[in-house]
Amino acid sequence: MDSHTLAAQTGEIGHVEHEHPPFLRHHFENVAQQREAATFGMWLFLLTEIMFFGGLFCAYLIFRNWYYPAFVAGSHSLHIWAGTLNTTLLIVSSFTMAMAVHAAEVRHRKPLLAWMIATIILGCGFLCVKAYEWHDEWVEHHVPGLNFNPATLEHGTKAYPDDNLAPDMAQKTSIYFSLYFAMTGMHALHMIIGVSLLTFLLIRAWGGAYTSGHIAPVENFGLYWHFVDIVWIFLFPLLYLISRHQ
Amino acid sequence: MEQQHEHHHHLPHLELGPSEPTHTQFHIVSPKTYLIIGACLLIFTASTTAISYVDLGEFNAVVALAIACIKATLVVLFFMHVKYSSKLTKLTVACGFFTFLVLITMTMTDYISRAWGRW
Amino acid sequence: MSTIVSLPDQSTATLPKVSYLNKEYGLKSWLLTGDHKRIAVLYMISITLFFFIGGAMAALIRLELLTPTTDLLAADTYNKVFTAHGLIMVFFFLVPSVPATIGNFCIPIMVGAKDLAFPKINLLSWYLYIAAGIMMICVLVFGGVDTGWTFTTPLSTHYLNTNVVSAGLAVFLAGFSSIFTGLNFIVTIHRMRAPGMTWFRLPLFVWSHYAASILMVLGTPVLAITLVLVVLERTIGIGVFDPSKGGDPLLFQHLFWFYSHPAVYIMILPGMGVISEVISTFSRKRVFGYTAVAFSSVAIAVFGFFVWAHHMFIMGISNYSALVFSLLTMLVAVPSAIKIFNWSATLYKGSITFETPMLYAFGFLGLFTIGGLTGVFLGSLGMDIHLTETYFIVAHFHFVMVGGMLMAYLSGVHFWWPKITGRMYPEGVSKLAAVITFVGFILTFFPQFILGYLGMPRRYAAYPPEFQVLNVFSSAGATVLGVGYLLPLLYLTWSLKYGKIAGSNPWQATGLEWQIQSPPLTENFAETPIVTHEAYDYEWLANKTRNEVQTVG
Repeated sequence: MDSHTLAAQTGEIGHVEHEHPPFLRHHFENVAQQREAATFGMWLFLLTEIMFFGGLFCAYLIFRNWYYPAFVAGSHSLHIWAGTLNTTLLIVSSFTMAMAVHAAEVRHRKPLLAWMIATIILGCGFLCVKAYEWHDEWVEHHVPGLNFNPATLEHGTKAYPDDNLAPDMAQKTSIYFSLYFAMTGMHALHMIIGVSLLTFLLIRAWGGAYTSGHIAPVENFGLYWHFVDIVWIFLFPLLYLISRHQ
Repeated sequence: MEQQHEHHHHLPHLELGPSEPTHTQFHIVSPKTYLIIGACLLIFTASTTAISYVDLGEFNAVVALAIACIKATLVVLFFMHVKYSSKLTKLTVACGFFTFLVLITMTMTDYISRAWGRW
Repeated sequence: MSTIVSLPDQSTATLPKVSYLNKEYGLKSWLLTGDHKRIAVLYMISITLFFFIGGAMAALIRLELLTPTTDLLAADTYNKVFTAHGLIMVFFFLVPSVPATIGNFCIPIMVGAKDLAFPKINLLSWYLYIAAGIMMICVLVFGGVDTGWTFTTPLSTHYLNTNVVSAGLAVFLAGFSSIFTGLNFIVTIHRMRAPGMTWFRLPLFVWSHYAASILMVLGTPVLAITLVLVVLERTIGIGVFDPSKGGDPLLFQHLFWFYSHPAVYIMILPGMGVISEVISTFSRKRVFGYTAVAFSSVAIAVFGFFVWAHHMFIMGISNYSALVFSLLTMLVAVPSAIKIFNWSATLYKGSITFETPMLYAFGFLGLFTIGGLTGVFLGSLGMDIHLTETYFIVAHFHFVMVGGMLMAYLSGVHFWWPKITGRMYPEGVSKLAAVITFVGFILTFFPQFILGYLGMPRRYAAYPPEFQVLNVFSSAGATVLGVGYLLPLLYLTWSLKYGKIAGSNPWQATGLEWQIQSPPLTENFAETPIVTHEAYDYEWLANKTRNEVQTVG
């Protein structure tokens, strides 16, 4: 029952002196309240992110049902190894980020820096693989609106010789690729923002900003990073895997 | 204001309702847990890719999405500390997925039934 | 009328030496402020500007519709004018109106906090609003946009040569401004309450803002991604909404209304919060059925996500789906009705006085009820086919949005004006303004119900001559309404310097914000207050020997 509980400072009644570290902002009663507020705020922001990507997932579901063969053929043209590699990179980066949060919690500066750098490198690695894939799709004329040409999708490839789409269905692969680019693009944009933020945090962490009890920025960035990971965890099967045998 | 000096007089008379502070004890998850969860996630990734090469018909999608859900749950519970967080955080996460499901299902009521009786 | 209540003598009241208004001076101290009260004032100035821009557009529309032919504006100019009116009024006035101004000002004080949880994000929200507003004005200056405020595809993506992309991005930015406001409110209400301020001691104003904030946080991002897709569709043609490429324009409608129907509740819920405060204060009674009113706000927020397709009944969605959405639409009328009944029951045997905020609140009760009930007409499938896209629908949502929300906003502005500025507005002329607004409103929009029922379609610059009489009524009413809105602008500005000093609690209201000085300190409370009384506990107020809250150091 949350309804009859008090706001955070109940525990402080009859207190003697507040702990007043420099990072405690004036309108919070104590560090715990500030940290809880920041974390809760981050979660609410992630709610908006769920709904932001939610619109795209909804569109994917509808068009996959409408243009099933086109979605199968589109999926076949992606590199499954690249998707698997990227999933691995992101999952490892989530692990390193979790370790960075842990290092901040136990106030170890050097491990914190190391884990952050590892996360940045893995994030950049993900973006490089993604850029390689996008380049590949550009070369194959699979970018809707810019250089899309469904001709390459009308006939089977070496790996999938049975893919023979009627011309009008082949045209519908542009919907698959539109959603593919919208989803992976939005995801990559979040990755780029994440890597930039993390670099900024790294610079501050270098001076010891987050190893003296002020861990909320690192912790909340961690939440963001894991969320971006989760989005990819769903994009990977939807875009790469579930049509392999159709 | 001017009552600053007398606030201690008020304290015994406070009616603060059932006292159940919302203070969360911040739980530090051990690196060992992170390592185990990370390893599980990698194993799930390997297996979902492997299973996609096996022809299960319609169940390829079901299995792949089930594995994705398990992976996401592990990340949310452990990497994002929801397992150790307040009810409020748990409720927030649930609320997000609920609204997402509303978006999907209520939209699908239209798409599923649009062509009923016309095929 | 005689009442058992005596309001405090204002002739002895003095302005406090230090307050949030005079603690710091200079433009920089305002533009870089973290103080929620100053940000509220910034917001109030900005939305007033946009309200009058949008109002000028409305004036142009009513002038054009004075005659059946297109004589004042060409048809395509008319399209741009009503689009600008819609976009500005919805995204730049109604959505931020009460929450970003009065909500921003009052919520931290009402829960007993020194500020919102994230002051910098609050300021960022205002800057996003201003950036969006400047973009919107640029759109108007560089040729306008004529999609209607709904950005309907494929019209917006394929058939128009106006500034759709920049207008879409402006709304995108304004959306994030509203997300940040909502996020800040939710965290503040959950995490910043003073000791003793339990959920069921919160003023209903806070409850309704909490419900509206949930909608802002969960709904607005869907609008954001939809606008991104529209922009991509228009710039590079990705095809998701383009039927010629296999896309589905109805998907746009689903995603757009998934936000824009809850947005209606984002606009009205905060207004309902204002009405709860005002009705209780000027009846000197606890709001009847406090818990029911509180939960009805949350119920409106939850049901609000299940009814969006009632905007799409004639667009070719599945009949079965339309049936479900129509039924659910009926359900959402229930919590709104609960509120109306409870406010009426609060008035029953109350010690009612007729101050200006109360007059506006009475206006709200009548007009919102009509607006809400005609909404039930439109939610029922058969009637909707006859009435949709006519002036009936225009009248309906103006009854809810202008008759409801704008009345509530003006009620709230008058109610908290003494708290915000430390000075009273002039009572006589403000009562006159409230009455003028009500009469002008009825004259403007009631004829539109009849016009719509007779079949006059919306969004056309010309109409058959037999509709002229009612349109002349409507345009005449708009003139009266315009006077009703200009008056508060003038006398409220006047009162900043010449108004009577208000004192800390001119209405003898019970909220925490009335127990501190007017205008408040930057920190709101000298010491964190401890709350020991229920909301709207007038006995507690009467028994209180001094006008101070108990504090803990």
